[in-house]
Amino acid sequence: MLATPCHHGRPGGLPFVLAAALAIAAAPALCRADTPMAYTYGFGTKNYPVVNQLEGLIILSLLVVAIIGILVLVGSLVRRAAPPSGDLHDVPLLPAGRGLGFIYIGTALTVLALFGFAAWTFATLAAISGPKGGKAALSIHVIGHQWWWEVRYLGGDTGRTFETANEIHIPTGKPVRVQLTSVDVIHSFWVPQLSGKMDLIPGQQNETWIEADRPGIYRGQCAEYCGLQHAHMALVVVAQPPQQFDGWWAGQLKGAPAPRTALQAEGERQFIVRCGACHTVDGTAAHGRFGPNLSHLMSRRTIAAGTLPNTIGYLSGWIADPQHVKPGNYMPQLDLSGPQLTAIRNFLETLK
Amino acid sequence: MTVEAERIPEVSPREPALEAKLHVMWESKPGIRGWLSTTDHKEIGILYLVTAFVFLVAGGIQALIMRLQLAGPDSQVVNAAVYNELFSMHGTTMIFWYAFPVLSGFSNYFWPLFLGGRDMAFPRLNAFSYWVFLASGIFLYCSFAAGSVPNDGWFNYPPYASREFNPGAAIDFYTLGLIFFGISLTAGGINFIVTTLRTRCPGMSINRFPVVIWGTLSANAAGMLVVPTVSVACFFLWMDRNFGTHFFNAADGGQPLLWQHLFWMFAHPWVYMIVLPAMGIVSDALPVFCRRPLVGYTAVVLSTVATQMIGFGVWLHHMFATGLPVLGLSFFAATSILITIPSAVQVFSWVATIWTGRPVFTTAMLFFTGFIVLFVIGGVSGFMSGNVPVDWQLEDTYFIVAHIHYVLIGINLFPVIGAIYYWFPKFTGRMMDETLGKVNFWVMFAGFNIGFFPMHITGLMGMPRRVYTYPAGLGWHTPNLITTIGAYILAVGILLFFINVVVSLRRGAIAGPNPWDAYSLEWATSSPPPPYNFAVIPSVASRHPLWEERLQEGMGRSVLDRGVVLDHHHETLGVDVFDGVPDTILKMPSESYLPLLLTLCISAGFAGLISHIWGISYAGLGIGLIVTLIWLWPRAEAGQREVIHG
Repeated sequence: MLATPCHHGRPGGLPFVLAAALAIAAAPALCRADTPMAYTYGFGTKNYPVVNQLEGLIILSLLVVAIIGILVLVGSLVRRAAPPSGDLHDVPLLPAGRGLGFIYIGTALTVLALFGFAAWTFATLAAISGPKGGKAALSIHVIGHQWWWEVRYLGGDTGRTFETANEIHIPTGKPVRVQLTSVDVIHSFWVPQLSGKMDLIPGQQNETWIEADRPGIYRGQCAEYCGLQHAHMALVVVAQPPQQFDGWWAGQLKGAPAPRTALQAEGERQFIVRCGACHTVDGTAAHGRFGPNLSHLMSRRTIAAGTLPNTIGYLSGWIADPQHVKPGNYMPQLDLSGPQLTAIRNFLETLK
Repeated sequence: MTVEAERIPEVSPREPALEAKLHVMWESKPGIRGWLSTTDHKEIGILYLVTAFVFLVAGGIQALIMRLQLAGPDSQVVNAAVYNELFSMHGTTMIFWYAFPVLSGFSNYFWPLFLGGRDMAFPRLNAFSYWVFLASGIFLYCSFAAGSVPNDGWFNYPPYASREFNPGAAIDFYTLGLIFFGISLTAGGINFIVTTLRTRCPGMSINRFPVVIWGTLSANAAGMLVVPTVSVACFFLWMDRNFGTHFFNAADGGQPLLWQHLFWMFAHPWVYMIVLPAMGIVSDALPVFCRRPLVGYTAVVLSTVATQMIGFGVWLHHMFATGLPVLGLSFFAATSILITIPSAVQVFSWVATIWTGRPVFTTAMLFFTGFIVLFVIGGVSGFMSGNVPVDWQLEDTYFIVAHIHYVLIGINLFPVIGAIYYWFPKFTGRMMDETLGKVNFWVMFAGFNIGFFPMHITGLMGMPRRVYTYPAGLGWHTPNLITTIGAYILAVGILLFFINVVVSLRRGAIAGPNPWDAYSLEWATSSPPPPYNFAVIPSVASRHPLWEERLQEGMGRSVLDRGVVLDHHHETLGVDVFDGVPDTILKMPSESYLPLLLTLCISAGFAGLISHIWGISYAGLGIGLIVTLIWLWPRAEAGQREVIHG
C-alpha cells in the first residue's frame, strides 16, 4: 500500500455543535424581538392565521434539523471506534442490505408532515383570501413610483376622494381593500405586521387587503427590487379608531389654508414656481403630478418615503439638498437661496 | 486510406508495450499549445474547475464588499449604484458561471473514467463548450471595463431592465452574456447525454451508473429543455432594448410578467441542475468513507430523476405575490411541497449509510457530513417558503437569501470542496494535507453558519433583500454585523482551501491509484490517469467493481486487467443504450485548435452585438461558418463504420 492518508480521528468541534444548538434555540426568542418590520407576530384577522402557520413551520423546521442533526452526529460520533491506523484499507467492508428502514420510516414521516402542512396551507390560503363577509369597508389605490407611494382614497363620490403619499391611514377593525398599480417598474406592497406582499406591476391591477385590530403605526417597505433607491421606499400605515379616522379623512379633504403672513404668501408663490411643476398642494396653483402630493404634508410622520422623520430640520435639509440622503431620486437640486428656502418652509409648515 | 468495414478487436491483458503505444497516440502537445488545442476530457475538466474557481473568487470578493457595506446601518462603503451592480454580478457569477461549470468540471474529468471509456463522445465539442464558457464569462466581465455593469439582480426583471429605466449597455451584457453561455451549456449537455448513452465499457448497464452520472445526466437533460427558454427570454429583452419590440413593455401591450415566467421556467430547474450532480457526488463518495455500499441506490437514483422532473413544475413559487389566481398558487404550492419527498429519501439514505457503516472522518468525509446538515437546513427553509401564505411574508427578505445560500453553498460548495479533497489524489497523484484540511473544514463550516444562519433571523425581522443600506432602529444591525463577521471567516476558510491545494500540489504525499480503497472505475487507473484512461477497455459486472470480490456481490466478476484493445487510432467502444453491450468501435478526433477558433469567431459576433458595430458580427459569423465547415468536413480516417460482430 502506497499512501497512508494521515490519521483520521473523530470529528471534533463539539463547541461548534453547541454554538449551533444555542443559535437555533435562540432563534425564536430573537424573532419575538419587538422590531417594526418583524412578521413573526402581527395584528389583524388577515395576519393571525399566517403568524400561526409560520410558527408551526419554524417549529417543524427546527425539529427536522434537530432530528437529522442528532442522527448524523450520533451516527458519526458514538457508534464504532476508528481504525487505529486511520487508513481506509484497514477498515473491512460491510455488505449492503441493512439500513433501508431509515428510508422507509423517514420518508413515511416526511410524507405525513408534508400532507399536514399542505392542508394547513390551503386552509390558511382560504382564510385570508378576502375579508370575512367578502366586503371591505373602504378602498384605497396605491400607485408605485420610483421611489415613493402615491395613495388615493376612493370615496363613494368624487367629493370624498383625495390623494396623499407614503402614509396610509386605516380605521381599526375594518378590512381595507388595496388596489395596486405601478407607473414605472415593479414594486411590492408590504406591511409585514398587517399583511404579506403583493406586487405592483405595470399594465395590471393587483389587489390585496389589510386590517388592523388595534391602533398603531405599522411600517412597510417596498419588497421588490425597483432600482437605485429601492432601499429608501418605505411607507407608514396608521391604524386609528374609526372616529379618529373619519376626522382625519375630513381634514384631508380641506384645501390649503390661506397664507396668514407675508412670508407664508411669498412661500406659496415660490412653491408654485419652484416646486409646483412636480408637486400638488390642493387649494393652490401647484398641480404637478410627478412627485408626491404635498397637501397636508405636516400631518405626515415621515418624508422621502419613510426615509426621514418629518421635522422642520430634516424637511429643510431635504429641500436644500434632496440628493444627499437619497442619491439618484428624481427630485432635482433646486439651488434655493436662503430666503427662498425659509419662505417655502414657512409655507409648508401651514399644511397641517 | 481504406476503411475496414468490419473488425473484431483483439482482446488481451494490459501490457507495458501497449501502454507505451497508447501514451504516444493520446498524449497532448506539451505546454500552452497543448492546453489551447486539447480534447482530453481530463484536461478540459481541470480547465473547467480552475476557471469556475476563478469566478467563485470574483463573486466572493463582490460579496465581501457588500458585507462591509451592510455591517452597519446607513453606511457608505459603496454607493447605491455600485451596490446594485455588486449584488447583480455576485448572483449572476455564482449561479451561472461558478455553480454549474464547477460540476461540469468534475463530470468532464470523470465521465469516461466512470464509464470505462477513452474520452467523451464528441471530444472537440467538449473543448468548444469549455472555451465558450470561458469566453462568455470574460464577455460578462467586460461590462466592468465598459463601465456599464448589469444592475438588475440575477433575475433581471423588466421593466427595470428595459431601456427606459436602464439605459446604457449594462443589461445587454447580461442578456447577451447569458445567450452566449447557453451555447456552452447546450454543447456540453449534448455531449454528456450522448456519451452516457453510447460510449461505455461492456457491462456498464444503467443500474450500475454512479449516482453522480444520474445527477449530471438529469441536469443536462433538463438543461436541453430549459436553456432555450432563458435564451429566448434574453433575446426578446435584447430586442426590446435595442430594436423597440414590445415583449415586456406594458405601455405597448407587452407583458412584464412574461419575463418572470420564462425566466423561472428555466431558473428553477436550473437550481436543481446545480445541486443534483453535487448530491450525486456525495451519494457516491459517502459509501467509500462509510465502508459499505450506499443504502437504497435505486431509491436515490429515482429520487434524483424525480427531483429534476418535479423541478419543472414549481417555477411559480417565485411568483406567489404577482397576483396570480389562487387555484394556480395552490397547484404550485402542492408541487413545491411534494418536491421535498425525493430530497427526504436521499437524506435518509445518507443518514442510513453513516449509521450502518463504519464512518472514517477524512476531510472529504467531514465536508460530506457537513453538507447533509446544511442540506437539511436549506431544505426546510425551502419547504417553508413553499407554503404560499407564509411565503408572502418570507419572499424577498433575507430569509430567502439565507435559504439560497444554504442551498448553493451548502449543497454545491461544500460537496465541491469535499470532492476536491476526495479526488485530488486522482487529479494530481498527491494527497491533500489532512490536518490543514480539517482546519479548513471547521473554519468554513463555522464561518458559513455564523454568517448565514443569522440571515434567517434578519429575514424574519423583515429586512428586504437587495437594499444597499438600512436605517438604524429596525433591529437589523446586530444580525447583519454577525453575518459580515461570518462571511469573512468563511472567506478565510476558502483561502485555507486554496493554500492547501497549492501546498499539496508540490508537497503532498504520493497517492497511488486508490488511496481511499474506493470502489468505482476511476480508481482502477493510475493517479493521475494516463491520457488514454484505460489501456484495455474494462468490463464490469457490478456497481462496485473494486469491492465486488470482498462484498461477494452478484454473480460475475468485473475484468479490469484484460479487455478489448483499441490501439489503431483514437478509439473507444460504442455500446447499446440500456445494457452496455458493445456494438461498434468509434473513432475519435484528436487535438484541435478548431474549438478555440470557433469560440473566437462567436466572441467576435457578440462583441459586435454589444458595441453595435455590426461589421464585427458579420466577420465573426462568416469566419465562424468557414471554421464550422472545416470542423465538419468528412475525413476518411474518421469513418465510423467498424462494427463488432460476435
